[in-house]
Amino acid sequence: MQVIKNKEVINDDWQLIREIENDAPVPEGKLIVPLAYWQANRDELLNKKSEHAVWIDGDIETEALVDDLEYFSIIALDFPAFKDGRSYSHASLLKNRYNYTGDLRAIGDVLRDQLFYMHRCGIDSYAVREDKDIEDALNSLNDFSVRYQAAADDALPIYRQR
Amino acid sequence: MYKYDNYDQTIVNERVAQFRDQTERFLAGKLTEEEFRPLRLMNGLYVQRHAPMLRVAIPYGLLSSKQLRMLAHISRKYDKSYAHFSTRQNLQYNWPALESVPDILADLATVEMHAIQTSGNDIRNTTSDQFAGIAEDELEDPRPYCEIIRQWSTFHPEFSYLPRKFKIAVSGAEHDRVAVQVHDIGLYLVKNDNGEIGFKVIVGGGLGRTPFIGPCIRPFLEKQDLLSYLEAVLRVYNRYGRRDNMFKARIKILVNELGKEEFARQVEEEWLHIKDGVMKLDQKEIDRVKAFFTAPDYDQSAADDTSFESAKESNKDFSNWAIRNLFPHKVAGYKAVVVSLKAPDIPPGDVTDKQMDHIADLADEYSYGELVATHDQNVVLPNVKQADLFALWEKLDAQNLATPNIGLLTDMICCPGLDFCALANAGSIPIAKQINNKFNDIDYLHDIGDIKIKMSGCMNACGHHHVGHIGILGVDKKGEEFYQLTLGGSAENDASLGDRLGPGFAKEEVANVIGKILDVYVEQRQEDEPFLETYRRIGIKPFKESVYASN
Repeated sequence: MQVIKNKEVINDDWQLIREIENDAPVPEGKLIVPLAYWQANRDELLNKKSEHAVWIDGDIETEALVDDLEYFSIIALDFPAFKDGRSYSHASLLKNRYNYTGDLRAIGDVLRDQLFYMHRCGIDSYAVREDKDIEDALNSLNDFSVRYQAAADDALPIYRQR
Repeated sequence: MYKYDNYDQTIVNERVAQFRDQTERFLAGKLTEEEFRPLRLMNGLYVQRHAPMLRVAIPYGLLSSKQLRMLAHISRKYDKSYAHFSTRQNLQYNWPALESVPDILADLATVEMHAIQTSGNDIRNTTSDQFAGIAEDELEDPRPYCEIIRQWSTFHPEFSYLPRKFKIAVSGAEHDRVAVQVHDIGLYLVKNDNGEIGFKVIVGGGLGRTPFIGPCIRPFLEKQDLLSYLEAVLRVYNRYGRRDNMFKARIKILVNELGKEEFARQVEEEWLHIKDGVMKLDQKEIDRVKAFFTAPDYDQSAADDTSFESAKESNKDFSNWAIRNLFPHKVAGYKAVVVSLKAPDIPPGDVTDKQMDHIADLADEYSYGELVATHDQNVVLPNVKQADLFALWEKLDAQNLATPNIGLLTDMICCPGLDFCALANAGSIPIAKQINNKFNDIDYLHDIGDIKIKMSGCMNACGHHHVGHIGILGVDKKGEEFYQLTLGGSAENDASLGDRLGPGFAKEEVANVIGKILDVYVEQRQEDEPFLETYRRIGIKPFKESVYASN
């Protein structure tokens, strides 16, 4: 899929599976599957594939992933609408509390004007909504050069530098 | 007052550039209305009944004379030469063109001002006591903590797309003048048994369709834990606040549905993870911010003046003003002056460009160049020598800014209502006018004494009607404006929601009904008992009987 990562647009060979029945056979390829599918087919997936990824939305407790973090190359966080901000908390928790070191990816209603916030919460890659200009969206990562708070991208609040 | 350094200025400048770009993309059709809407709201820009409305942030109400002059200049250059103070100590322009908003923001940035997070589902301007720093009943000045909260909440990456708006208020005095208990988070500075000062934390108060007095979820929070605790509350809210129904999305609903104990437990659990980490507030930072809020160089001989007393004796108008519009100051010989924006002939809280310029000049001449916007939609000059009061009063009076009515019946809180607001069902400003026309005898108003009338033109309750001693709610009844009254509300230490009087009234009846309510009060009051106390003693029944019997 096409994403922004490390401040450039790249194509990687991951494929997002939005929906799949839990009893469906495991498809080929590098897949980002729903968390429920991972949970239902965990052993088979671990046997068959060497790399793993899941996606979650705001309804899922981050705590549900914690025991499996080591397996995931990507955890995709869904923004069903850009105004739904729950995944910002998911990102902060996964990065800061649970020390997830893989790729946190924003999927769904991912738009230019929210990337700055997403980046600050520890999201690494951004699957910008397909009808939007992904190159244009890159610009927004530089909207601000100063940040007041400590967050996933800056370990310290600005006042410590004053 | 707080002074920007390079970091603060850079953030505000970069915001101007960002919003200019967003506006250009919207005008070029690259952003849909739906995509642009939350972005402009996060900059305080609404699209209203007649025109856009821009809300400018006045952090905890504090302004310099230079800033007020810029606000006057903006009203002349981009608007219709007036502006409106809101109940959250902000300032609103009712007629700016959308295209000119980036230029307005650029002008604001030159005087260390902005419109960041004055609307939208984010953390709004933190409000505080208009008498902060000078009140005799103050335990500690709340403004440094407000500024610390301002910086923490500005562009907070995790909490900029909350389920709904989020309002914080901080009070440092015994007397709550900031409506702490009807905020999403309300903080009282308090002293614990060991003599240490910290915060009492109230969460989940609010007005609107479903009003709540917020419960206390932590009786004492140490200062160093302020930000980590706020972060814990916000995180629980961001994760679990309802997003399925806009009318149930405020934190008050979450607190109420979970129950105060369970909500507090979830916050404490979250807080334990972060309290000793990077969120812990350094004493050094508290001290750094505190240093911006030092007292001016007061004249120690100010109390020697005798002219103030003699002027009161010889001039009845001045004396009336002095009784109502002055507030005691912790330094002998000084007073805080409340500049009334409630003259009978203007909408409550409105101020013209000329008046703003005059108030700025008077702040320079008499009050060390600072002034404060109040929750009640007036303006305070906090540090005036009593020897200067008569001259100041004359100058205010010449500008229609000395109506002697602070805390009285005509010092109403009033939302913009049907005249401006796209949400309103009924007018508020015409009712304010009606009340002013009926109750125009200053001696009668002074006799009635302390009473708070609060008025909203719809159930969203921007005029805080639930907590008015007399609350007025405008509703639409089959295309007619109708008004429902509540009695006995309060937003102060003894916070309570008003009781509904009964069926609503037609527009032209409202002031007459208030007259009947006041007649019952005058008849029943004991000695100097104020309206609210009489109401609480005798209950709603006598008021009901009088109002509806004669109808």
